[in-house]
Amino acid sequence: MEHAEEEVPRIGVFICHCGINIGGVVNVPEVVKYAMTLPNVVYSEDNLYTCSSEGLGKIKEGIGKYNLNRVIVASCTPRTHEPLFRATCEEAGVNKYLFEMANIREHCSWAHMHEPDKATEKAKDIVRMAVAKARLLKPQDELEIEVTPSALVIGGGISGMTSALCLADQGFKVYLVEKEPELGGMLRHLHKLYPTMLNASEGLNKIVGGVKPNKNIEVWTSAVVKQVKGFIGNFDVSVQRGNGETANFRVGTIIVATGADVFEPVGMYGYKKYDNVITQFKLEQLLKDSQLKKPERVVMIQCTGAREEKGRTYCSRICCMEALKNALLVKELYPETDVYILFRDLQTYGKDYEDWHRMAQDRGVKFIKYNLEKPPEVVAGHDGKLTIDVYHALLGEQVQIESDLVILSTPLVQHEDVKELSQILKVPLGPDGFFFEAHVKLRPIDFATDGIYVCGTAHSPKNMAESVSQALGVASRAAIPMAVKRLRTEAITAMVDESLCSGCGTCVKICPYGAIEKDEKGVARVTAVVCKGCGTCGASCPEKAITMRHFTDEQVVAQALAALGRAVA
Amino acid sequence: MTFEPRIVGFLCNWCSYAGADLAGVSRISYPTNIRIIRLMCSGRVDPVFVLETLVNGADGVMVMGCHPGDCHYVDGNLQTERKIKMLKKLIARTGLEPERLRLEWVSASEGGRFAELVNEFTNQIKALGPSPLAGEKPDPVILENILAAKSAAEDFRLRVLVGREKELIEKGNVYGEKTTQEEFDKTMDEAVQAEYVRSKIYFVVRKEPQSVKELSKRLDLDPQMVLRHIVVLRRRGMVTVGRVEGTTPLYTALEVGR
Repeated sequence: MEHAEEEVPRIGVFICHCGINIGGVVNVPEVVKYAMTLPNVVYSEDNLYTCSSEGLGKIKEGIGKYNLNRVIVASCTPRTHEPLFRATCEEAGVNKYLFEMANIREHCSWAHMHEPDKATEKAKDIVRMAVAKARLLKPQDELEIEVTPSALVIGGGISGMTSALCLADQGFKVYLVEKEPELGGMLRHLHKLYPTMLNASEGLNKIVGGVKPNKNIEVWTSAVVKQVKGFIGNFDVSVQRGNGETANFRVGTIIVATGADVFEPVGMYGYKKYDNVITQFKLEQLLKDSQLKKPERVVMIQCTGAREEKGRTYCSRICCMEALKNALLVKELYPETDVYILFRDLQTYGKDYEDWHRMAQDRGVKFIKYNLEKPPEVVAGHDGKLTIDVYHALLGEQVQIESDLVILSTPLVQHEDVKELSQILKVPLGPDGFFFEAHVKLRPIDFATDGIYVCGTAHSPKNMAESVSQALGVASRAAIPMAVKRLRTEAITAMVDESLCSGCGTCVKICPYGAIEKDEKGVARVTAVVCKGCGTCGASCPEKAITMRHFTDEQVVAQALAALGRAVA
Repeated sequence: MTFEPRIVGFLCNWCSYAGADLAGVSRISYPTNIRIIRLMCSGRVDPVFVLETLVNGADGVMVMGCHPGDCHYVDGNLQTERKIKMLKKLIARTGLEPERLRLEWVSASEGGRFAELVNEFTNQIKALGPSPLAGEKPDPVILENILAAKSAAEDFRLRVLVGREKELIEKGNVYGEKTTQEEFDKTMDEAVQAEYVRSKIYFVVRKEPQSVKELSKRLDLDPQMVLRHIVVLRRRGMVTVGRVEGTTPLYTALEVGR
């Protein structure tokens, strides 16, 4: 497997301006000139965008013209663009493990945009470190693994069911796990959905009716995912089922569609103190069950517990439209009822949604803008009524409104028990508590971990149309490896030098994947396909008998010495 | 000119490196001093990497990984924590400030936290001043000490103890005897001290043969203790009697090669 020939490194360094993202801060031509002075660098150039087809063409051209056998691109983070540049190298006949990336955008020009001189010096150092590593890089061969053509979908709401159905229709086996006793999630509690005024139950029944009889979908309700081990193509899952049994099975991909909860604004605006202060969510249920008695005046307070300075700083995105829709429904039911909407900013962001704002104005819904600094106060008034004291931000004066029903528009929040799932799957939660995607623009429904995807309100507050779009998106993302059936695994794995191994077994105990065992000779042996390449065994081996491919001791130390401006001995 | 520290960061690919990316994406500025090395897991950080970096004059070293429970590789970060704990004990004996080494947890969504930590650490190192090992003329005593520390960190005993810490505490040894954290820490303290001193003895006698008396004076150690270490080093085949002056044996190093 190890490539026999030891060639003299001929390194090409391609330095990206990234438009003005790097070039506007770092003096790129100076870094190019500097790169040419580094050992084994035979060619360097700058590109406006190295990732453009022109830039990629330049890499291939450089490889041919200067006989390059190592390539460095100094641009953005390897976490997004490394696969693209590696593929380009492969096309030009350079093994992809002979490629190295220098992150001079996220870690340099963007973070140090006010210090261009220092940023240029840092960019040179980062390139020097990449060269130090590239000189020691070795070509690697990758192993192929089989992908299990089945998926685990966690969450049986509209998002989970939509992606399950989409995958099942493509012929993949799907395990749909829902923690509640029934499928449906949030939609089970909603009344009508904007902008079409579709009955939530109608939409729901249709999709549940598609999921339940589908032969490719195994539906488990009152069930919880307890353990997930493995990696893309081969995740071993344990699910605790409602009947107390534990089901163990293997899937190739995992979709997280766990949805969200509605924030309970206890202690805000008299909620839970006065019976006639309720949430928008509760109003939905009253409307749905035809239980809403005629109020004389309804006051809705937007951004209750959302867009705060600390804590829930985010906009929940759906509350403005939900308030407009419910205001119109109340007006339709009881035309005499006064409806007030107290808002900070009315964000009717979507296609056609602004019409709803106008429609509500036409029907006589009254809008009052309030400030975060002077939020409304709700106090008990006469005959069980409430008085809302609000500073009218446009009139610049205090206004009192008497009301017999106050509706609080509260944001969607993450489930309290989701931390456990995030740890089981090893996928992150963002500061707002929602699941955190690999890249906001380039990989908006992937997790950084291959083979795990996120959709719907588990990711962030969104309406049904947006949830369904994402659900279809993840289904198509998850279908890719399952349709291709085979995947190549990273060659970043551990390798034992048998002549140094004393058979102490420390690595066997440390490996989190059980990828190392002692063979018949009593020395450690790595099962490469199981090894995930963390390198903990290498860093712990008492005899220093383990080499981590692509992150060898020599390579890492060379980078550290280069960072300090010292040459490798 | 003001002192600009050289800081080397060892960051895991999944959490802390992504956190550093996010700091950039969010345009959160922090001092330019840190140079980042990307590893797949903080568990890859061999104690020797850190010591080698310090030997070569880094003013500070930051190791960053995922928060406990979030590690992409189950518990590589906890292995790192054990290694750093041992390293700090080792560095504390060399005369170099152990605060030059710092371990922190940063998640992929904590761009702000990353920037804050780098800022804080850079300021801390600025206040501490340049490393005695930086520049053209490193402090010879501390340099020799830290090289001895490196040699101890390369050696079997400390590595095996760190590697087996979890097992010894949680599962027990081959006889099923569990060790408490306190007992383990005590054992580790003794091992660090012993291995460090042995490395120092080895370094000294490698230059020229020494008597126990001379070694005890140079290392400021009880002669009985020096003799005990010599016995261990002889048993390990690292030291032997070079020559005898009168009735005093002078010990010398055997080249340990692989």
